[in-house]
Amino acid sequence: MSGLTPAIWKLIWESTLQTLQMVSLSTLFSVILGLPLGILLCVTAPGRDAGIRPKPVLNEILSRIVNILRSFPFIILIIVLFPLSRLIVGTAIGTKSTIVPLSIAAAPFVARIVETSLKEVDHGVIQAARAMGSTDTQIVFKVLLPEALPSLISGLTLTIINLIGYSAMAGAVGGGGLGDLAIRYGYQRFRPEVMAVAVIIILVLVEVIQFIGNRISARMMSKR
Amino acid sequence: MQITLKNLERNYSNVHAVRGVSLNIPENRIFGIIGLSGAGKSTLVRLVSLLEKPDSGEVWYDSQRVDNLPEKEIIQRRRNIGMIFQNFNLFSSRTAGQNIAYPMEICKYPKDKIASRVSELLELVGLSDKADAPISTLSGGQKQRIAIARALACKPDILFCDEATSALDPKTTQSILALIKDIQRKMNLTVVMITHQMEVVRDACDYVAVLSEGTVVEEGTVKDLFAHPKTNVTKEFLSHLTTNAANVREDGVVIWSDLPARFTLRFLNDRVETPVISDIIREFDVIFNISGAGIQKVGDSKMGTMVCDITGSPEAVNAAIAAMRERGVTVEEVQQ
Repeated sequence: MSGLTPAIWKLIWESTLQTLQMVSLSTLFSVILGLPLGILLCVTAPGRDAGIRPKPVLNEILSRIVNILRSFPFIILIIVLFPLSRLIVGTAIGTKSTIVPLSIAAAPFVARIVETSLKEVDHGVIQAARAMGSTDTQIVFKVLLPEALPSLISGLTLTIINLIGYSAMAGAVGGGGLGDLAIRYGYQRFRPEVMAVAVIIILVLVEVIQFIGNRISARMMSKR
Repeated sequence: MQITLKNLERNYSNVHAVRGVSLNIPENRIFGIIGLSGAGKSTLVRLVSLLEKPDSGEVWYDSQRVDNLPEKEIIQRRRNIGMIFQNFNLFSSRTAGQNIAYPMEICKYPKDKIASRVSELLELVGLSDKADAPISTLSGGQKQRIAIARALACKPDILFCDEATSALDPKTTQSILALIKDIQRKMNLTVVMITHQMEVVRDACDYVAVLSEGTVVEEGTVKDLFAHPKTNVTKEFLSHLTTNAANVREDGVVIWSDLPARFTLRFLNDRVETPVISDIIREFDVIFNISGAGIQKVGDSKMGTMVCDITGSPEAVNAAIAAMRERGVTVEEVQQ
């Protein structure tokens, strides 16, 4: 481990911070985009699993958009979204600009997770809420979301972990962070020890997030 | 609040769920709607409670037609309707007290008023100590009590009970029925009870309609229905009642012999106290072989049921049956 000089450790520290920044901000934006989309997907669902306000055409359109975005390989999505990143952040390279493709890649995933969580809410409970004279908005915010909260937290945990993985990939196109470090130093400059440290940090991050997510979800369930 | 249904129809793709139901549900009474599963009960209650619109027909609350109200007014109207369900349908994300608060929150009651009404309602259903209890810690009977408190929160004028006791054991069923009867009197509610249990109709309802294949086949006061059941559907329900009663109940409604018998006799009110059978034996040359009998309370009147064979010459048996009918006894021949 002679290669791990203080300068390298500083680099590792900076990369870790970059990863954390990318993951936290893209989680935030993917939820801002994905949560309303997921609610819409659930509420407008037609057919047997009908939502509270079935809108077959709108549901079909949204569902298609989500599927298309989800089937895009992430690396291609980054390139396709270069112009958008440039428009929003001012540049297409660097940590901040990768937040744009990261958020857009994760948003449809979040939407599907929200949709499935909300659909699991007991139909009888929704019927009771309707019978009491709840408006659609009240059903969404006072019934569906609170009832599905433990499941939403699990979904959020999954999203963050996915984004850690994606953010490592974003390093390949100059996004910075631990993935970038692992590729540039570990792979391209033949410094396996740097790669190993980067991978270990990513591993620890995933474990910690999963642990916290499980704990919050379990605590909520124990109070119900 | 009086409810009038005029020729209600509702179809699902190819199932004819409710076909041509007309009913008059009087105010401040407990009205039972009994039927087997698939008879259209659930659909009917969803139509009457404005959760679904009929394909044709009308629903009237007093002198207002309500099935064709615009969405906004329907939501307002629903806030004056209480509803309880077989599976309670409480919010697991809320404590017992918060569940009761929900309907008041959506009606924008002031916070302090909600708090005082919640404790008032908890007291009404006898669960004052459970305000902060998570729903999963409550028993079935307690859950239904919380659901009743929630249904009554906004002081409704109608209470719908959709199989409200079907998931409960007989003892808990009795206590829930007693509670519903009690609040019906206290709050001047019109109660509509959907059920497949004749016990519920017998123990709680004033009026009853029997639903079969989407139509009302028989209706009237509970007393009349028990004394003079007209249709096979109703008789079927009544026979289940007595059979179950013999096996489970402590009040000794009917004690059965294992032998099948051909006749079911029903005696109402003062007939219960009259020695009809002895008179008949003296008058006609027939022999009674009784395999089961008993008296039960139907609302505030008494009702005797006897299952027996009558033997003798066919003429004598027919004459005996005619004489019993003349004396106000309902005689049914069991088809074998």
